Amino acid sequence: MISKLFKFHGGVHPPEHKLESTRRPIRNLPIPEMLVLPLRQHVGNLPKIRVQAGDHVLKGQLLAEAEGSVSAAVHAPTSGTVVSIEEQLIPHPSGLPDISIAMRPDGEDRWIALEKTDWRHRDRAEMVASLRESGIVGMGGAAFPTQIKLRPSGKSSVRTLIINGAECEPYITCDDLLMRERAEEIVKGIEIAHYLLGPENCLIGIEDNKPEAARVMREACARSSVKIDVAIVPTLYPSGDARRLIGLLTGIEVPSDKRSTDVGLQVFNVATMAAVYRYFEHGEPVVSRLVTVTGNVKDPGNFDVLLGTPMSALLQAADGVLPDTDALIMGGPMMGFRLPSREVPVIKATNCIIASSPRLFPPQPPALPCIRCARCAEACPVDLQPQELYWFAKSKNLEKARDYQLFDCIECGCCSYVCPSRIPLVEFYRYAKSEILAQDKAKEAASLARERNDFRLARIEREKQERAAKHAQKAAGAKTEAGIDDAKKAAIAAALERAKAQKAEVVPQNTDDLSSTVLAEIADTDARRAAAANTQEN
Amino acid sequence: MNYPPYLSGSASVSVIMLKVLLALVPGIIAYVWMFGPGVLIGLMLASITALASEALLLKLRNRPIAPFLMDGSALVTAWLLALALPPLAPWWLVVVGTLFAIVVAKQLYGGLGYNPFNPAMIGYAVLLISFPLLMTQWPAPLAIAGAKLSFIEHWHFIFGRALPDNIAIDAISSATPLDTIKTQLRLHHGMAEITAAPMFGTLGGKGSEIVVGAYLLGGLYLLQQRIISWHVPAAFLGSLALMAALFHGVDADHYAGAGLHLFSGAAMLCAFFIATDPVSGPTTPKGKLIFAAGIGVLTWAIRTWGGYPDGVAFAVLFKNICVPLIDAWTQPRVFGHPK
Repeated sequence: MISKLFKFHGGVHPPEHKLESTRRPIRNLPIPEMLVLPLRQHVGNLPKIRVQAGDHVLKGQLLAEAEGSVSAAVHAPTSGTVVSIEEQLIPHPSGLPDISIAMRPDGEDRWIALEKTDWRHRDRAEMVASLRESGIVGMGGAAFPTQIKLRPSGKSSVRTLIINGAECEPYITCDDLLMRERAEEIVKGIEIAHYLLGPENCLIGIEDNKPEAARVMREACARSSVKIDVAIVPTLYPSGDARRLIGLLTGIEVPSDKRSTDVGLQVFNVATMAAVYRYFEHGEPVVSRLVTVTGNVKDPGNFDVLLGTPMSALLQAADGVLPDTDALIMGGPMMGFRLPSREVPVIKATNCIIASSPRLFPPQPPALPCIRCARCAEACPVDLQPQELYWFAKSKNLEKARDYQLFDCIECGCCSYVCPSRIPLVEFYRYAKSEILAQDKAKEAASLARERNDFRLARIEREKQERAAKHAQKAAGAKTEAGIDDAKKAAIAAALERAKAQKAEVVPQNTDDLSSTVLAEIADTDARRAAAANTQEN
Repeated sequence: MNYPPYLSGSASVSVIMLKVLLALVPGIIAYVWMFGPGVLIGLMLASITALASEALLLKLRNRPIAPFLMDGSALVTAWLLALALPPLAPWWLVVVGTLFAIVVAKQLYGGLGYNPFNPAMIGYAVLLISFPLLMTQWPAPLAIAGAKLSFIEHWHFIFGRALPDNIAIDAISSATPLDTIKTQLRLHHGMAEITAAPMFGTLGGKGSEIVVGAYLLGGLYLLQQRIISWHVPAAFLGSLALMAALFHGVDADHYAGAGLHLFSGAAMLCAFFIATDPVSGPTTPKGKLIFAAGIGVLTWAIRTWGGYPDGVAFAVLFKNICVPLIDAWTQPRVFGHPK
C-alpha cells in the first residue's frame, strides 16, 4: 500500500460527466463496410507500406511496417481487400488529409496464424525487438511507440513502473470500463512490462471517482505474481498527465529538461498494458481499441472498435446523435479537438468521441481583455504564469515567452478553463510555440549558411596566400635545380587559374550599367541562393 | 467554440464585478444608516458619469460598447470613488473625479485591463490635490450631529449648496477621526485625551466604525466567494496593524493604536476592495504580499507623518508603480526547474 500521496500545484474540477457512459458494459461494433487506416497513428516516422491495392489481407496482417526507431506498424483490423492507398481525411486538429490504406472487409474476420508465446522464457531483447511488429503505441492518447519505452534501458534503469489509470479528463471512461472488465489483461500486461524493465516497485494510479475500477484492479493485482500497488488519487484534472501522476504517487518532480526514465520512472497507460498482454500472450497486434462514445448521443457507452471504423458508425452504435449536434470532438472537452468530418476513422489514439451541442458546450462570448486576476496562474499545474505568457504571445515578445518557460506548458487547458475573460489562452501558447520553433529553424539555417560562406572565403584566402607563397618561392629559387619542379607546378597552377578566371569572365553578365542598389540586390539574391543551396545539400 | 477547452468553469468578468458591487452593499446600507442618505446621491452621480463617459470613450476608441459596459468595471470604479469622497461635497466634484478616473486613468490607457493605476484612486488623488478644502466636508455621524438632512435636503445641498434656513453647515459636518487626531496632536494633546471625545467610538470613529465593519463583512464575502485571495487583505491589514501597534506600544501618547488605524478612514475599503484590484496589482502570491504590506506601511506613514489625514490613495498609487518590478521579482519556480 502507498502510505502517502503528494500534491501538485493548481488543477481544476470540471464537471465529470462520466456516469452517462459507464452504465452499460463494453459493447462490440459490427464490422463496418469500409475501414480507413491512416499510416500516421503515432508519434514518429511514417511506416513503410507493405501491401498494394487489390491485395487480400487477413486480420492482423501487416499493412505497413515501422520505419526507423520511432515508428509503429499498422495491421489489418479484419480480413478483406485493400481498396486504395491514398490521402484521406484523418482525425487531426489540422483537418488535413494524410496517406491512408482503405480496405473492404470480407465479413469473415479471419486471423493470420497467431503465434502464442510463453514470454516468461523468452529473451528480453528479442521480445522488445518483436514489439516493433506489434503496432502498440501509448493508448492513453499520446500514441508514442511503446517499443521504445519498454527497452531494457542502457543508461538509466527503471526503478518504479507507474501505470496510469487516472483518466482525469471529463466524459472519457474507456480506461474505467477496461479496468472494470479486463483487469486481468492489464495486470498480465504489467507483469510483462515488469519482466522487461525489472523495476523495484510498481504502482497503478486511479482517480477516486472510479471506485469500481479500483476495487477490481486491487483484486486482480492481489492475484498477480508481481507486487503491484493500487493508489487512489484525488479527482483533480490533470492528474492523468504523466508528470503530474509521477508527482502524486512518488513526490518526484521530473526535471523539465529530462525524461521520466532519466530519474528511474516509466509510465504506461492501462490500455497500453492490455495491448502488450494481447500481443505477447496471444500474438495479436493492435487492431482494435476501446472508445467512449458520449455527449449528445442517445445511448452513450463504450465500444470495442476496429481501428479504421468511421466515426459515423460509432455514433450509430450509440443509437445516433440528438438533433442539435453541431460537431464531434475527439478526446475530452479539455484537450480534445473538433473532427473535420463524421467519416474520419477511429485511430489508435481515439479514446473518446463526444457529440457536441450548444447545450453541452455553450459558445463562448468574445474574449475580454485580461484583467490580470491570475486565476490561470492558480490553476496551472506547471506553476507557469499564463497571464504573462499570454501577454508575451500576444505582443509577439517571443524571447520573453521562452524566458517564462512557455515550452513547459502541457496545453492542459486549465488556464483557459478558469479565465473570466474567456481568453483562448492555450491557442496563444500553441501559436507562440510554433512561431518560436519556426524562427529557430530559420536562424539555424541562416547561421549554417553564414558558417559555410565564412569557410569558403577563408579557403579562397588561404589558396591565394599559398599561391603567393609559391610565386615567391619560384622567384627566389628559379635558378636553383630544386626549384624547377616547383616552378613548373606553379606555372601549371597559374595557367589553370587564368583559364578559370577567363571562364568566369565569359559568363555573360548584363550588369555593367546598373545602379549600385540593383547590384546590391543581385548580390543579395545570389547570397540567398547560395545559402539555400547549402541548406539543401545538408 | 473553436478551441479547446470546450468548457469554461469560472465566473465571467461581469459576475466578478457584480459580486464586488454586491459586497459593497452592506457598507452602503451602514453608511446611510449612520450618516444619512447623502452618499446615495454621490453613488448615483458617479455611476451615471462613469457609464456615460465609458460609453463615449469606447465609441471614440472604436471599441464595442455593450460588452465593455456590461463588464461592470466602470461601476466598481464609480462606487469606490463615491464611497471615498465626502458625501457633502458638491455634485461637480464627484463628476470631475469620476471623469478623470474613467477617461484618463482607465480609457486613455487602453480601457479594461490596461490601466497601470487604480482608476478610483487616481480620481481621488486628483480631487484631493486640486480641491483640498471641499474634500474635508464629511457629514457628522447622526448620533452626535446637531441636525439631520433628508434626502431632498441633501439633494439641494449637493446640487445648490443650499441648506434649510435653521441649519448651519457646522451642525451637519464634522472632521473625521483621522483628521481630528492629526490636528489635535499638533496642538499637543495626548492620544488618550483626543480619543475620549464624543466623536470616537469603541474602535474608530462613532458611526464610521460600523460602516467599516460592514465593509469587512463584504470583504469576507469576497474571500468566501474566492473573488479575492487572502494575500492582499492579510498583508495590508497586518502591516498597518503592526506598524500602529509598534509605535503605539513605544509611545501611546503620540501614536494611534492598531484598532483605530484599522477601523478608520479607507483602511478596510482598501484591504478588500481597492488594493485587491487585479488590473493594477501584482499577480503572484508573493508579489501580492509584498505589494499589500507596502501599502499598509505607507498608509500608516502618511497618516502619521504626512500632510494628509489618510494615506490610502497615495500609498496604493505608489505601490501601483512598483507592480512590474514586484511581478518580475516574485516569479514562482516553474515545475521541474532547479530550486
